[in-house]
Order: sequence, then C-alpha cells, then structure tokens
Amino acid sequence: MKFDVPATTNPIDQLKVVGKSPDRIDGKLKTTGTAPYAYERHDVAPNQAYGYLLGSAIAKGTVTRIDVDKAKAAPGVVTIVSTLDVPKLPLGMRNIAQLFGGAEVMHYHQAIALVVAETFEQARSAASLIRVEYSRAPGKFDLAAEAPSAPLTGPAAPGGGDASRINRVGDFDGAFAAAAVKLDAQYTTPDQSHMMMEPHASIAAWEGDKLTVWTSNQMINWAKQDLAKTLGLPPENVRIISPYIGGGFGGKLFLRADVVAAALGAKAAKRPVKVALPRPMIPNNTTHRPATIQRIRIGADADGRITAIAHESTSGNLPQGRPETAPSQTKLLYAGANRLTALRLAVLDLPEGNAMRAPGEAPGLMALEIAMDEMAEKLGLDPIEFRVRNDTQVDPEKPERPFSQRQLIECLRQGAERFGWSQRNPKPAQTRDGDWLVGIGVAAGFRNNVLMKSAARVRLGKDGGVTVETDMTDIGTGSYTIIAQTAAEVMGVPLEKVTVSLGDSSFPTSSGSGGQWGANNSTAGVYAACMKLREMIAQKLGLDPANLEFADGAVRAGERRVSLAEAAGEAGLSAEDGIEYGELGKKYQQSTFAGHFVEVAVHSFTGETRIRRMLAVCAAGRILNPKTARSQVIGAMTMGAGAALTEELAVDKRQGFFVNHDLAGYEVPVHADIPHQEVIFLDEADPISSPMKAKGVGELGICGVGAAIANAIHHATGVRVRDYPITVDKVLNGLPELV
Amino acid sequence: MKPFTYERAKSPAEAAAAATRQPTAKFIAGGTNLLDLMKLQIETPTHLIDVNGLGFDKIETTPEGGLRIGALVRNTALAADARVRRDYAVLTRAIVAGASGQLRNKATTAGNLLQRTRCPYFYDTAQPCNKRQPGSGCGAIGGYSRQLAVIGVSDACIATYPGDMAVAMRVLDATVETVKADGTKRSIPIADFHRLPGTTPHVETVLAPGELITAVVLPKPLGGKHYYRKVRDRASYAFALVSVAAVIQPDGTGHVAVGGIAHKPWRVEAAEKELPKGAKAVAAKLLAGAKPTEDNAFKLKLVERTLGAVLAAAKKA
Amino acid sequence: MEDPSSANPLGEPADESGLSRRKFLVLGTATAAAVASSFAARRLPAETPVAPLAAPTTETPWMAKLSLRVNGATHALELDTRTTLLDALREHLRLTGSKKGCDHGQCGACTVMVNGERINSCLTLALMHQGDEITTIEGLGTPQKMHPMQAAFVKCDGFQCGYCTPGQICSAVATLREIKAGIPSHVTEDLSAPAKLTTLELRERMSGNICRCGAYSNIVEAITEAAGAKDQA
Ligand SMILES: Cc1cc2nc3c(=O)[nH]c(=O)nc-3n(C[C@H](O)[C@H](O)[C@H](O)COP(=O)(O)OP(=O)(O)OC[C@H]3O[C@@H](n4cnc5c(N)ncnc54)[C@H](O)[C@@H]3O)c2cc1C
Ligand code: SF4
Ligand code: FES
Ligand code: FES
Repeated sequence: MKFDVPATTNPIDQLKVVGKSPDRIDGKLKTTGTAPYAYERHDVAPNQAYGYLLGSAIAKGTVTRIDVDKAKAAPGVVTIVSTLDVPKLPLGMRNIAQLFGGAEVMHYHQAIALVVAETFEQARSAASLIRVEYSRAPGKFDLAAEAPSAPLTGPAAPGGGDASRINRVGDFDGAFAAAAVKLDAQYTTPDQSHMMMEPHASIAAWEGDKLTVWTSNQMINWAKQDLAKTLGLPPENVRIISPYIGGGFGGKLFLRADVVAAALGAKAAKRPVKVALPRPMIPNNTTHRPATIQRIRIGADADGRITAIAHESTSGNLPQGRPETAPSQTKLLYAGANRLTALRLAVLDLPEGNAMRAPGEAPGLMALEIAMDEMAEKLGLDPIEFRVRNDTQVDPEKPERPFSQRQLIECLRQGAERFGWSQRNPKPAQTRDGDWLVGIGVAAGFRNNVLMKSAARVRLGKDGGVTVETDMTDIGTGSYTIIAQTAAEVMGVPLEKVTVSLGDSSFPTSSGSGGQWGANNSTAGVYAACMKLREMIAQKLGLDPANLEFADGAVRAGERRVSLAEAAGEAGLSAEDGIEYGELGKKYQQSTFAGHFVEVAVHSFTGETRIRRMLAVCAAGRILNPKTARSQVIGAMTMGAGAALTEELAVDKRQGFFVNHDLAGYEVPVHADIPHQEVIFLDEADPISSPMKAKGVGELGICGVGAAIANAIHHATGVRVRDYPITVDKVLNGLPELV
Repeated sequence: MKPFTYERAKSPAEAAAAATRQPTAKFIAGGTNLLDLMKLQIETPTHLIDVNGLGFDKIETTPEGGLRIGALVRNTALAADARVRRDYAVLTRAIVAGASGQLRNKATTAGNLLQRTRCPYFYDTAQPCNKRQPGSGCGAIGGYSRQLAVIGVSDACIATYPGDMAVAMRVLDATVETVKADGTKRSIPIADFHRLPGTTPHVETVLAPGELITAVVLPKPLGGKHYYRKVRDRASYAFALVSVAAVIQPDGTGHVAVGGIAHKPWRVEAAEKELPKGAKAVAAKLLAGAKPTEDNAFKLKLVERTLGAVLAAAKKA
Repeated sequence: MEDPSSANPLGEPADESGLSRRKFLVLGTATAAAVASSFAARRLPAETPVAPLAAPTTETPWMAKLSLRVNGATHALELDTRTTLLDALREHLRLTGSKKGCDHGQCGACTVMVNGERINSCLTLALMHQGDEITTIEGLGTPQKMHPMQAAFVKCDGFQCGYCTPGQICSAVATLREIKAGIPSHVTEDLSAPAKLTTLELRERMSGNICRCGAYSNIVEAITEAAGAKDQA
C-alpha cells in the first residue's frame, strides 16, 4: 500500500480496539517467566555448547600472538576460535568496529577469542587460560583534547569547501552581534551506556551452509543482511529469530559480536553454540552514546524574540563513525531568522559510538533546553512564555514546509496548569522544605517522526482467528499488543482472536524497532496487509469491497452476513502487504512534542538531588494504546533522569576504555530515584503520518527531560550546571555556606 | 571461576584448621562478595569452607551489657534486631543504607567486614592493581579515581574500604572476635582490624591466614542520638561517596566515623573533641593530611557538609 | 592424615589411593560420578580434614551430587561445584524464568526466594542450598493461574521488555513479607515502630531490582495494588 496522500476516514478510526488500553497480550508470559529470551532456548537446536568470549585488554594495536594450548586442553573445552584463526571479516553495512577476526584491535574489550565448552563454568574458566600478546599502538581517547582540532563533518556544498559544512540560514553572526540579549555557553554530555537488562545473547546452529540464530535484536532484517555479509553467506541462508528482547535502546539495532562469535563457534564445534556477553564486557564491547561538547548561542530582541540561534556540537568516534547529531532539534524547534548548526567529529579510539534512545535529540535537548532557560532568565521572561513566543508552525530553515501538526504550546500550557507552574517564584533558591531546597523546571521535548516501509502477512484461519506475521520486534514497546489491536480493529474481531508472531526473518520485513518509528510504521504495515485480506475476502465472497463492514467476527454487506470462519474456509486465506511512503514526509515536517515538568529537592548540605514529581504532556499523533504508550514515556523519562543525574561512562584517557563497565559502576536509576510519573497525551490524530494517524512516542519521553531536571536544580539552588551528569560535586560549591 | 572443592565446616576450630592446611582455601559465608570476585578470578580459592553451619547466627547479650553478634548473623537480621534498633540505631541505619534487600538477606557480619574494595581497576583483571596482583602497579592513580580514597592513601594504592556496617561499628568501638587454627582466640578492636594500604595493599586486615571471625562484640550502649548519613550518586543500591556515622550526646559531644574516604572506616578521636565547635572544626582535624586526587577532592568538602547535616539534625532533635 | 579415599570425597583424592587428579581427569565421567556420589552420600561431606590440593591450578571440575527443592519439587542434580543457583535453575533445571542480567549481584534480575527470603541467585552456589525451599517465578504462578502479584503487574503494566520482571515480582512478594515482619529499611523513619507500607518504603526496598525500561512508577502501583493497601505516605 502506497501512502502518498493524507489519510481520510478508515477502519482504524472506529477506535473500537485501537486507542484503548487492553493489557499487553504478552503480559502473562512475561510475568510468569515463560516468555523465552535468546539465551534460554533449550527448546531449539539440541546439544548446545557454551561459548565464552574473551575481550581485548588493550584499546588499540594488534594481537600478535594468542596461545590457546592450555585452554584447549582444559576439561570440557570443545573448541576455541581466536581472532587470529579468522581473517578480518567484512563489516556489516551498519557496523563501524570490527566484531571479530583479524589481528587489529580497534577498542577495548573487542572480542578476540571464543571458548566453546560443555558447560558455562568450563568455558569461562578456560577463557582465562588463553595467553594473548599485543602490540600496543598509541590512541586518542580524550574528547576535550581533540575537540579544538576536530574537523567539521556533514555534506559540503559543491565547491564550498569545508566551511560550507556549517549549516547556515540568514546571517547568524550579524544578527547575534546585534542582538539585545545574548547567551553564549558551552554544555557537555558524557558517554552513556544502554545497559539494557538482557545482555546481548545468541544461539547459533548450522544445518549445512544454512545458519539459524536465536538472538536479541531490534532490527531483524538488518541483522540478517549484515550477518550474511560478515560471514559471506547468501542472505537467504541466514535466519534470525528474536521474538522476545530484553531491552535494546539502540544497543541492539546492529549485529554484535555475540552473533558472529556464536556462528563461528558453532561452525568450529559442529554443534549449536550459545554466547552471552558478560555484563562487564558490554560497555566496551558494544556501542554507546558518544559524549558531546556543545556550544549554544542565542540572541533575542528585548521582547524575547529569537533573532539568532546557533548550535554546534563536537563528538568523537572511531574512523568511519558518525557524529552524535546533537543540534538536530535546533533546526526545527524554535523560530528565528538567522541560524547556524554545525557538527565536528574527532577521531577517538574508544569503542564505537552509535545510536542510543533518541540519538541527537536526547543530548541535544539536554543542552538546548538549559540554554533556553538561561535565556529566559536573562530576558526576565517566564521560561514557558519565552518558548511560546518563539514557537513556529513551519520548518524555520524551509518555511514552505509546515509541520503536519505541532502542539508544543498546548503541551506546555496544559502541563503548566497541571503542575501548578503559576505558583513558581521566578527567583531561584527561594523555596525550602526543611534541609531541602525545592525547585521546579520545564523543558520542551521534541523528536521527529520517522517513516519506514514495513510489511506483514495476515492469515485468516478456518476458526475465524487472525494471525499476523511480521519480522517486527517487541523490545518492551508493546508491539505485540498494538499490532493485535490493529488487526482486530481492521478485521472486526475481538483481540483474543488475534495471534501475533514477531521477530523472525522468515516473516515479511518490517520497520523494526528504533528511532521511535516502530509503532506507527509496523502497525501501518499490518493495516495494509489486513486491508488486502479484506479485499480477498470480498473477492472470494463476491462482494463489493467498498461497502463491507467487518465487525463481530463477520463480514456484512447489506443484509448478507458471513462469519469470518466461513469466509476463510478450510484452507484459510492469507494476504501480504506493506506500507510504503510517498512524498508527504518531504512536504511536511513530522515531529512529536512534549512539555516536561519536574520538581526536585536538593539537599542544602550535601547537594543530593531527589526528583519529587515528573509530568510529561505529549503531542504525538494518535496514541494506539495509552497504557503501553504511557509506559514508553515513563521509561524514557526514567532514562532521562539517569542521564541528568548519574549516568556517565568514565573514560580512562591513558588506557582508552570505559572504566566503570558494570551495573554497579555505571549507575542507572533505581526505584528509589523515581517518583510517581504522570503522562498526558493530547488528543491528536495526524493524517499526514500514516493510515494509523499515529507517530512515535518511545523516545519523546527522554527528549528534554534531562534539561527540565537541570533547570529545576537551578531553580532550587541557583546553581547552573552545564556539565552532565549533575552529581553532588557539581552543586556543592553553590550551596548555602555551613554555619 | 576456578574449580574448587567444598566442605561444610562443623566447628570453628575445624574450619580454621582446614583453612590453614590449605593456603588456597577460603571461607564462604553469604558468598555475595567472594563469588562475585571468583567469577572474575580476582579470588581463586581451590577449596571453599562453608561456615554457615557453625551456629554463629545469634545475637546475645554480654555480661558487660553489650551485644555479641555472631559472625554469621545476616545483615537483615542484625538490622532488624530490636536491641540493635533501640540501643545501636547507627548500626541498623548503616546496614540498611548498604547494598539491597536481596544482598542483605545473604550478607553476613563477618563477610561484610571483609568485603573488598570496589575500585574499578581492582575489578578489571586486564588492568594493573597492586592489591590484586602485588607489584603490578596501580591503575587508579592517575586514572579514574572519583570513588576512591582521599586520606590514608599510599603510592601503592588509593582504594577505599567500601562497606557501611563497619563504619557504624567503628563509632561504637566494636571488637572482632576470632579463632585461629591452633584454637587461640583473640579480640581485635575494630580500630585495628582494617589496615591502611601502605606498601602492601593486598593485606587488608590484621587477620592471620585461616583466622576465623566468630563474632563482633559491641560494648554497652552509648546512649545519645544515632545517625548514619550516606551520600551516594543515586538514592539507593550504591556505594557511598561519603558516609558519616555519628553518636551525638545531648551535650554536643560524641563519636564520629567516616566511610568512603579511606582504606578503613576513618575515625580520629582528636577530631571528636571539636564536635561542639561544629562540622568545619571537626572536618579540619579529621581530614588533616588528606591527599585527594583531582577526581575526588570534592569529598573533603562533602565530608564537612555531611557532618554539618548530621550535627544540624542532632541539634534539632 | 586420615584415609583420604573415604574421608575426603570432595577434597583431592590422595596419591596413595591411586586416584591422582590427573587420572581422575583421564578416567572421566565414571570416576567423576563415583567421587560425586560419595559426596552425595554425606550430608556434611568434610567431617574430616581435607588434604592440600596437589595441583591447585588444574582445571578439572569437581562434581557434586545434590538435590534441590524448587517450587515444591525435588530435583536430583550432579553439578560442577562452581554452578550458581541461578545457572542450576536456568541451565540444568531449565527454569529460565529467573534471569541473568549481570551475574554479579548488581541488577536483581535473578531474584528468587529461598525459604521465603529473596536473594540474588547469581551470587550463591547451588550446592549451598540443599534442603532449602526455593521459589522461582514459575512457582508463584502460571499464565493460566497467576499469582496476584503477577496479575497486578499485567494490569498496571509494571514491565516493558519483561527481562527484569520475574525478579521484580519475586522481590515484590518478598518485600511485602519483609514489611509485615517489621524489617526496617533505609527510609523507615522510626526504628521503634513497625515498618509501614508506603510507596516510599516500596521504592527503597525494591531498589535492588533494576528496570532499565524504567517501569518503576507502574511497578510500585502494581505492588500497592497487590498488597491491597492504600498508600499511607
Ligand atoms: C551490587 C552490590 C552492592 C553492594 N553495596 C553495598 C553497600 O552499599 N554497602 C555495603 O556495605 N556493602 C555493599 N555490598 C557488599 C555486601 O555487603 C557484601 O558483599 C557482603 O556484606 C559480604 O558478606 P558475605 O557474607 O556475603 O561475604 P562472603 O562473600 O561470603 O565473604 C567475604 C569474605 O569474607 C570471608 N569470610 C566470610 N566469613 C568469614 C568468617 N567468619 N571469618 C573469616 N573470614 C570470613 C570470605 O572468605 C571472603 O573473603 C554490595 C554488594 C554488591 C554485590
Ligand atoms: S587503588 Fe588499590 S585497588 Fe585500585 S588499582 Fe590501585 S592498587 Fe588496585
Ligand atoms: S543477575 Fe544476579 S543480580 Fe544481576
Ligand atoms: S521491563 Fe525491561 S528492564 Fe524492566
């Protein structure tokens, strides 16, 4: 189904099932421990052996020798595959760092050997018997040191030279110089780790030259293509199965070492092998969100109208790596005739930087939305009013492109009302509750809606049940449930009559899960397949497809009513289709918006911050299931709280690795950090986005919330921290003197 | 983890003797620290002596009016004991500020005292560490040292003792009772129990090889107000940046010990004399001679201010 | 030294017995089973001293026969002494409901109840739990017959990816018991009064269970719902 004109009324608009909040259809399995995750598939591929990975002890250089003799002789060891046994493997399309093979070490804890043994204990112990010799090469590990010489990145205008990589609209320099009120400040965000709870894990089994992998991956088709490329197999010989995924957050978008090593190990062992990354290896072996150094300049007239806005960001990555696109929202969020954004990218020899929940916007808004708070303060304006004054309904860089829908102001206004914003004393450090200094903060949230084609197969069984198959994944997002709701709505059956099978590369290719694009696109794909199935039913029954009503497990045309079971017949019916997008995405800017409100208390002696209240008001198109959507938002708010207050991969700048590489050293939020969270969805339906009229919401919750916390801390204490995370040491010096 | 044999000790003397006979043996109590380190091969015992059956799981009143806490008493049970809550609240507070409910259900009194540092370089066997591998160097000095010690450090090691319970025990002047392989018993004042790193950071306590902790004895209650104030990056389930254990008397005198800043719970009796003068005066004496790194210099101020919070609370109470 | 072949089932078989460790390795499973069963024959295996190990670095695993009571059923197992309770459950009994998130006590995904108390099953050895009553998520309820806590998690959407969920649920069930038993927590204000069931208490007590999906707010609602109690905070 091609989607190239705005949606009109369609079966989804009935909202009998879609838009409601049924419990998750996979809930019973997940809460009883019966949903099987990758490492747990005792039911497949008999005779699995255990693989244990060894990571490089250096950050950069070469492996000169690997002595596996002792390890090989250890009891239970089936085989050992070392990186020197394998030639440098071709990189997957989406990988930057070598996953396995060859002598070159590109980062700390790069996988360099896999021990396969009869038991986990034997494999782990034998791995420690491997002796590795390295030749170290000097590396660059310090972003702050490299930043001044980091080159601009991004497309250059033809003949424009390097400077043309700076993205300019109007005359920023002139307007900024002339502005009545100005801000020029630097903000930093650290390297962060996804730290999803389920470690990367895979079971690989060969049957001749056909490979099946049970793994934990957000993007089944990417994994299939990249694994095939890495191992030199035709893609049709690779099958990826990933029905349950214990969290990803971008860390499982791409093929990782567990998959490749399990496949190589299984080949060498001539039996299935399972591998999980040990937790202490994950932060350095896999990807992370790269640190940024951001400079923001805002100029405004005395009325608080932005005349000039610039956002520049420097991050680092391995050669061939991409930058963290922190200024991306600044292109779209606020009005202003004179604009500048730029990205600089330093080469660093740290592990590969890549997508983590809302890449770009998450760290970008952490900076921009503090800057907006600072500007409001300088202007003597309420921070909400300042944002309202600078709202734009069109793409400020290309004013001919309107936003398909944009209710940022409404988000902020409703949030202000709900949160009691009008009670706020504009002066910071004025409210005390015992030893605690109390403050509230606000920030705008913004994340684009991404369109990706997505396909599904829908079968109607002889019992009138509907089965949906798509390689879409559910990473906690609720895909199972919203897909079932979509099929139930379109086919007119109760939710219980729908079976959803996900995460298998033998199913039609979906959008997969990432960039908050999963919900809208994958359900639109299912919608398309269901519409095709409706046509097939009509055809089979000889009915006019235009005048059919699908409801209560039957299809009705005028007086005629045929149950779906009957329509399916003994053989059943099966339809496959997908959604493909035309030019609407270019003509309109599609984005999602939020107003984030946070109340914090900062201890006046110790500087500890406790979040007391959190509210997000979201405008994100049609909400397919308010219950699961709300969960997405509170989860992202929680991750944003971690980013604001505790999360930082500490870099050892001499050795070139993330030092705090486990879940005790890298502190993600725990229960005690998170108060009751409130989420409000504005009632929206965006006909420009898809037939579902939905947009993404899974990342919106993290976008801006960190800055709302930072702003609340400032409001509580008067201390402006521009370097995340905002730990006690950074506020201590600004607190009231001890008496 | 290296293969090991395993036995359940039936008597303290037997346990101690078994440990002495096998230099590569280790006692295992809750296992929450030992197994963690064994998985990483930071500890590589070839024999485990399970001491859980020794019957040291009672809390008894001593003739002196104090408490004898069996070495195997679980953290949860110790924190919940009515006598401890009433007379040694600082101990309850310290224990429940540590680890998680699950860990405290397993963690024992002795095991907690003997938990090893959380220095991230100690935990990463690819990095040099004098404590893990004497003579290999110290990865943390000149590296990432935000969590590490600011006082009592040496050129060989700047690690902290990471626990909470022992800080309270230090303020309470507890003694550690042990038995050696030859059956001799001794009582070690908690002040002397943990050592500073010096040139031998791998030697963390004064225990002799194979020496078994049987109990921790608390002297009779001190009275006063009890505080354990732990400052950490997140609200729970995290090790201290700084913690202050204090027992403050109505006249403003009292006892104070600090956690998270040294290789042992840090208490300076001379500093306590300054208590009536306030936190700054106490901190100045307590932290005299501190040698922080750039990463952790903030702990000096944090100690002072955390003390300030405690003293302010005591004043109000 | 006593006759090691009988007295020392789990220690190193002495050289005089002719069963050197090396040979033990060569002889393979038959011997391993013999050694292990002699262990199993003794409830407290090392009543007599253990001989020093001849070759302490050798990789030969030591096997132990043990029985575990899990969710009311008794299982006879023969395990490498190194096997954690978590791996015994997941890999040997194939009770994969208990999750491995970190294997180092840092996440709580492996939480199970032993004699009614919650612990991290990754930081304890299987062979230390003979005779214990172990309850895992599978023992609390099934999809057909859910425990009220499981049902409350579904109703309140107290999970997303589901990976931390079994640990959260086991922890939650045990937490309510701990509060009932009057065990204090870090946020219990008055140590002389019984602990209260408040959201503040629940949050503190549940902090050993990390949920990276960030379902905390809903989890606390689910526990409150299951406890059938109104927030008193
Ligand atoms: C993620 C995490 C977070 C934590 N957070 C905190 C925290 O915030 N605060 C805190 O204080 N602790 C914390 N801990 C540490 C925890 O408290 C300790 O692991 C626990 O107290 C150790 O007790 P155990 O009985 O399990 O010791 P074991 O692991 O059994 O033993 C530890 C050591 O003591 C020896 N030993 C045990 N019993 C005896 C005995 N009777 N005589 C002689 N030697 C003996 C053992 O041989 C071993 O060397 C944390 C642990 C983890 C994993
Ligand atoms: S500080 Fe101590 S424990 Fe840490 S690396 Fe140095 S020697 Fe090892
Ligand atoms: S797996 Fe046991 S605490 Fe993480
Ligand atoms: S539900 Fe995913 S980690 Fe908790």
